[in-house]
Amino acid sequence: MLSLEDVSISYDGTPAVLGASLEVPDGSVVAVLGPSGCGKSTLLRAVAGLERPVSGRIGWDGADLAGVPTHKRGFALMFQDGQLFTHLTVARNVGYALRLRRVPDVAQRVERLLALVGLEGYGARLPGTLSGGERQRVALARSLAAEPRLLLLDEPLSALDAGLRERLAGDLHDILREAGTTTLVVTHDQEEAFALADRLVVMRDGRIVQQGDIADVWARPVDAQTALFLGYARVLEGAAAARVLAVVGLDGGAVALRRSALTVDSEGPAGGGPRSDLGGTVRTVRATPDAIRVVVAVPGIGEVDALASPAARTAVGEQVSLGVDASRLAVLGRS
Amino acid sequence: MKRAAGLVALATLPLGVLTVFFVLPVVGMLGRGLWPDGSFDPAALYDVLSRPRVGRVIWFTVWTSTVATVVAVVLGLPAAYALHRLDFPLRGVVRSALLVPFVLPTVVVGVAFRQLLREGGPLGFLGIDGTPWAILAGLVFFNVAVVIRSVGAAWESLDRRPGEAAAALGATPRQVFTSITLPSLRPAIVSSASVVFLFCATAFGVVLTIGGVRYASVETEIYLLTTVLYDLPGAAALSIVQLLAVVALLAVSARVRRVPDPTVQRATPRPLRPRRSDAPQLIATGVLLALLAAPIAALVAESLRVEDRWSLGHYRNLATTGGDGVLVVPVTTALRNSLQTALDATWIALLLGLLVSVVLTRRSRSATERRVRSVLDGFFMLPLGVSAVTLGFGFLVTLGREPLDLRTWPLLVPVAQALVALPLVVRTLVPVLAGIDDRQRQAAASLGAGALRTAMTVDVPIVLRPVVAAAGFAFAVSLGEFGATSFLSRADHPTVPVVIFRLIGRPGEGNYGMALAASVVLAATTALVILAVERLRVPAMGSW
Repeated sequence: MLSLEDVSISYDGTPAVLGASLEVPDGSVVAVLGPSGCGKSTLLRAVAGLERPVSGRIGWDGADLAGVPTHKRGFALMFQDGQLFTHLTVARNVGYALRLRRVPDVAQRVERLLALVGLEGYGARLPGTLSGGERQRVALARSLAAEPRLLLLDEPLSALDAGLRERLAGDLHDILREAGTTTLVVTHDQEEAFALADRLVVMRDGRIVQQGDIADVWARPVDAQTALFLGYARVLEGAAAARVLAVVGLDGGAVALRRSALTVDSEGPAGGGPRSDLGGTVRTVRATPDAIRVVVAVPGIGEVDALASPAARTAVGEQVSLGVDASRLAVLGRS
Repeated sequence: MKRAAGLVALATLPLGVLTVFFVLPVVGMLGRGLWPDGSFDPAALYDVLSRPRVGRVIWFTVWTSTVATVVAVVLGLPAAYALHRLDFPLRGVVRSALLVPFVLPTVVVGVAFRQLLREGGPLGFLGIDGTPWAILAGLVFFNVAVVIRSVGAAWESLDRRPGEAAAALGATPRQVFTSITLPSLRPAIVSSASVVFLFCATAFGVVLTIGGVRYASVETEIYLLTTVLYDLPGAAALSIVQLLAVVALLAVSARVRRVPDPTVQRATPRPLRPRRSDAPQLIATGVLLALLAAPIAALVAESLRVEDRWSLGHYRNLATTGGDGVLVVPVTTALRNSLQTALDATWIALLLGLLVSVVLTRRSRSATERRVRSVLDGFFMLPLGVSAVTLGFGFLVTLGREPLDLRTWPLLVPVAQALVALPLVVRTLVPVLAGIDDRQRQAAASLGAGALRTAMTVDVPIVLRPVVAAAGFAFAVSLGEFGATSFLSRADHPTVPVVIFRLIGRPGEGNYGMALAASVVLAATTALVILAVERLRVPAMGSW
């Protein structure tokens, strides 16, 4: 088990990570999520032994790792862009760690690992001839070949385009579970974090602001900024929050709304949810493949996002009333 | 078709100059040897090559160059690492200081080493004055800078992350170095090693001043054969051997340099603070610095001593023509000649170099164009491989009489020096020009900029500093040029290296002291130019 206790790291005197504490239990996948520049990559590099913390303790199964050089930690680090060794073939890249340890049957193991990441027969190719997704798969196979105690992934999918990212995220999830590898992944992309991890650690400005099971963090963001970063569309506070929450029988000082938390009630109360007194003027209408997204100006609250049914033909300037979906919002400040 | 025409137009001037002032003299020189009586006589060539002395000379050249290259690489690598990957106080100063030997005039280096190693000198107890070891030391002294520079430039921009990835996979620092770093540096190491070998194998001033007649390399042997023994067939035969060897060397190095995937991830990672494990490299750099400083220190110290007392007497004598009127003009006049000549050589080298670089770096649109370009590339690098002595003597035999009598042409020496400096200028400018993304030009053009405007916006700002740096290098090379100049400069219009060589050839402590003083003045001038260039922070002579 990896444990960080109150770890702080500086770059040239500028603090990058402040008092971070977290644990990665054996066999689990933990994601550190934060905007770029929040210090999460620095944290990962410190775990790998590439940066030295100014204070705090990084330990493995209780043993302090300070002074243990990178190559003796047994943590494989996979970079954002793979960092394949361009002068070596795919097979030699994957077999790199095996050769270092003089493991027998390198060729067979490499073939098996390539099969695991879905790249059978790619062994003789050079990294330069691969696509971005293939390169990341090779990088993953190379990291797994080292049979690391801990796998460190630095934005493993960020360099890829959207479609590929989604597909590879699923594959990566399955491969990590199948191999049972303990993994720490850092990313700025919520979808990547949700696709891969069991536990989520949210970082901002060098500090860990929240951590927990992924569903818990998702459902109960600790504050407005975290909520917005996790993909909530808007945060309402005070009276505005109370009015929205009252519709679903809740109360609280602040509420974070997903885009789908409010729906345009074209049919009136027959729509199902409790009839609300929320209503306003449609300001913008934007069609997406799944739904119609509208922005509605509600008197006393301001502009809010809402979904409309494609059938409703909502138009700018129309007066609409809004329904509230309690499962799509989070009450803040009640940790 | 229009593009090809443009290419030819740009290439015309350099091609013309190179044809008249390089091909013609070299061919003329070779012709003298191979067609001694107007008829082709290859048997003479064979006769020359089967002489035992020629065999010894070739063997001597090969082994000294090989050993010097290996030593230069071994000494240069730790320094390249320390000076380009680590961050420590005075790093910039040390970097500049280590560059200076490369541009010091060869004659000056020769004099400095003799001063250091001669009987009674600071290292006289070694007893290696005038031996091959002294020659080796001189060759290494010169060329270690080449290794530091070109390997250092590659190392500096080497991405740290592949090495970190390897370490995370369990590779020890040594394994990271051999399996990741070294392969990435291989092209730079191979090309710098081949350039060093080339410089060693064609070194003239150092070998002549340290080795005298006893130990001759191919280059000094050519000099000896032409000027002392008037054995033109012999000289021509050796020139041909040298030319072929150089071409072969360049071809082999291009092959060895080739790597599976030439795209190297370039980044410029922050230099790190030295750690305890960096101590050996730092110590090696310090030792190297001391080794390189020793001959210069010995030279400067001795130049300030007259009859065992500190004095500026030798410097005062620079305004005279030396004891017994050894010289036709005072050294101060020679210094003025040198500066004037170097200025002329610089603008010529720069003009030619710029044209050549532009021709070589425009993107080729067709296979034919590419082929034409690579042929031109090889052609313009030829001066690198042809002995300056051959060139100088060729000038003498082809341009010294009708129909082309240029003996009194004031630009004769500058042109010869410019040709010697041309490869250096081209190699400084080509990487910079080639590094400009063509899409920048396209973007400028698409915003409505004409060809000239595009060049002013995109190319000129990037190229300006490298051009100044190349000018500095050309100036320094020309100041110290000795091989060709020794043939071409007229007795009443000598340059400083010629004067120094003349002075050390004459007995008398006064003359020797003057030679030392003149060497210091010349070395200081070149060093100043190079340190100024170094301030520009251009990766000069980065790629060969």
